[in-house]
Amino acid sequence: MTPGGTPGAPGVVVVTGVGRYLGAHVAARLAADPRIERVLGVDPAPPNPEFAGLLGRVERVRIDLGSLGGFLADLDVDAVVHLALVTAPDPQQGGRAAMKEQNVIGTMQLLAACQRAPRLRKLIVRSSTAAYGASFRDPAVFTEETEPREVPRGGFGRDILDIEGYVRGFRRRRPDVVATVLRFAPFIGSTANTTLTRYFAQPIVPTVFGRDPRLQFVHIDDALEVLHRSVVEEHPGTYNVAGPGVLTLSQAIRRAGRVGVPVLEPGLSGAAALARSLGFGRYGLDQVDLFVHGRVVDTTALEREYGFTPRSTAAAFDDFIRAHAGGAVVTRERLEVASQAILDGIRQVRAAVREPR
Amino acid sequence: MTGPGEERGRAHGDGRYDVPLIVAGPDAEPARRNGHRPAEPHRLEPGPRDPAVPDGPGDVWDRRVATALAFLRRRLSGDYQVDEFGFDPELTEAVFHPLLRRLYRGWFRTEVTGVEHVPAEGAGLVVGNHSGTVALDALVLSAVLHDHHSAHRYLRLLGADLVFRVPVMSEIARKTGATVACHPDAERLLRSGELVGVFPEGFKGVGKRYADRYKLQRFGRGGFVAAALRTGTPIVPVAIVGAEEIYPMLADIKPLARLLKLPYFPVTPTFPWLGPLGLVPLPSKWLIEFCPPVPTAHLTDSADDPLVVFNLADQVRETIQQTLYSLLERRPDPFGP
Repeated sequence: MTPGGTPGAPGVVVVTGVGRYLGAHVAARLAADPRIERVLGVDPAPPNPEFAGLLGRVERVRIDLGSLGGFLADLDVDAVVHLALVTAPDPQQGGRAAMKEQNVIGTMQLLAACQRAPRLRKLIVRSSTAAYGASFRDPAVFTEETEPREVPRGGFGRDILDIEGYVRGFRRRRPDVVATVLRFAPFIGSTANTTLTRYFAQPIVPTVFGRDPRLQFVHIDDALEVLHRSVVEEHPGTYNVAGPGVLTLSQAIRRAGRVGVPVLEPGLSGAAALARSLGFGRYGLDQVDLFVHGRVVDTTALEREYGFTPRSTAAAFDDFIRAHAGGAVVTRERLEVASQAILDGIRQVRAAVREPR
Repeated sequence: MTGPGEERGRAHGDGRYDVPLIVAGPDAEPARRNGHRPAEPHRLEPGPRDPAVPDGPGDVWDRRVATALAFLRRRLSGDYQVDEFGFDPELTEAVFHPLLRRLYRGWFRTEVTGVEHVPAEGAGLVVGNHSGTVALDALVLSAVLHDHHSAHRYLRLLGADLVFRVPVMSEIARKTGATVACHPDAERLLRSGELVGVFPEGFKGVGKRYADRYKLQRFGRGGFVAAALRTGTPIVPVAIVGAEEIYPMLADIKPLARLLKLPYFPVTPTFPWLGPLGLVPLPSKWLIEFCPPVPTAHLTDSADDPLVVFNLADQVRETIQQTLYSLLERRPDPFGP
């Protein structure tokens, strides 16, 4: 193995997207690992102040992915962790065009730079289960080998397909580099802040009429663990990362004590577009497709290869509920009280019926 | 103090009953149900008893209400399990099976034979004939199998993707354990030891004219055989007589079907003439016979051999066809008792 790193664990690691939640936490976690010499955090924007505290031991580099070429070669980088993906267009930061620029062009540039880095031996790319697209003919459970039957309507899903295509090309050109692609289910947890956690944090949540999709989540801490293991161990290939088990959307809404409001599907697509153009809410066709079709993946490959099982979808969701219990409308206690009231009511009615005799 | 009151007092005294739902003793008053009981004023006084305790032992309605409320509470707080295909056993048993039971017992007077041929544990592929314009036979088969089989197994149906395109219907299908008919799902279910139900005729079977009743249609490419071979699952052929007569399809308005993107648009003696009344199935007499299983474990290597697949599919098809004929002889009058 290359000098400077223990076999398996790389010496110099570059993490992209450290200005955001996932990147900052991964970089901090890798920096705390004594087996890794240097962790370089790349992000063109200054990190969000809430994550700045995490990045104490991370060397921050404020360049964009386009000028990464010489940098990777000069610093003898051993491993690159690519997390700089935007999951939903942000109207304040250029909307969909900027999102595509960041996701697709950014990944292309990063992979071009990686291809020219002679010492690179590990590449970890964040992907998503959105890679499976959404179609009515889809199998219920996706394994890593499942090909998408239809190109997704949502921008993020399309970006993911492009990104994975570029990684396939990179694998062909640099077979010496261990390339790991991690297809994450939507993140959830007590601290994560994503489109879906914001969705479930509302007291009243819109759903698609006549659809009750099967959802899977992965706890953000488990996602960090898998990313960490991917860096210090060698796991070439593509893996689904999700909590085993399934929650249906209605079940998740009920567990969170929220109220679901079914909306006709064309209406929801339109409302999503309207909300986006008005600048509030970041729901897109990606979310609508997820809420129509649902998405469940098989995680046996991950469990076998990593020897690690993420906590179940239900447990991850419970952790999220505990942190967001404030917005609950229907709680277990209230249901208890209501059913007690009904039982007492019946008893009183019967007593009243009995009284005249 | 009356008898039941004393009984309850004793029950609390020796701590035998922690749960309030006490089954009536043999000496309990028989007339005490549904509020038609003699007045017992002492019961109304707020006593030391827990308010959650229903009024008396053996009160059927109290117990039913309490059970229903507990069920509702569990559903409303999301406290139930759904498998990765979206199957919700609790909802299926509490809501869908009782409805189907009423239909197949009371309305169709279904007689079931050979249910012992369905394996009590492990995977099995139940292959049936499809008919009836609306795929009611599949639903009835799953309810019948669950009720009559000694192990009360669930039949996991494989449905056309059209079913999963339609809102509401798609979710009912998933919640009752169905999934899209495709190789990955079929093999996944079989590998996890489930009982899978498949109707290889598909729309050709459900959408055939009344004149072609009980004539098995082509069995497609025999995909179901390949799935069984790959997993070494026994195939249990099943013949269903009676579903052909529930909505006798006299004609198929093809242009309308194309317009609505349906595989066919049926005209029956009652539909569409009587409007919603035309949706009531005719009360035919149903006979369901499960045939002896066809083992496939010794053919696992031949899953890709078209000759083996076609031969096996033919064998299953022939078995079902012959069983249909013999069942029809047993039932001379389609609407008989």
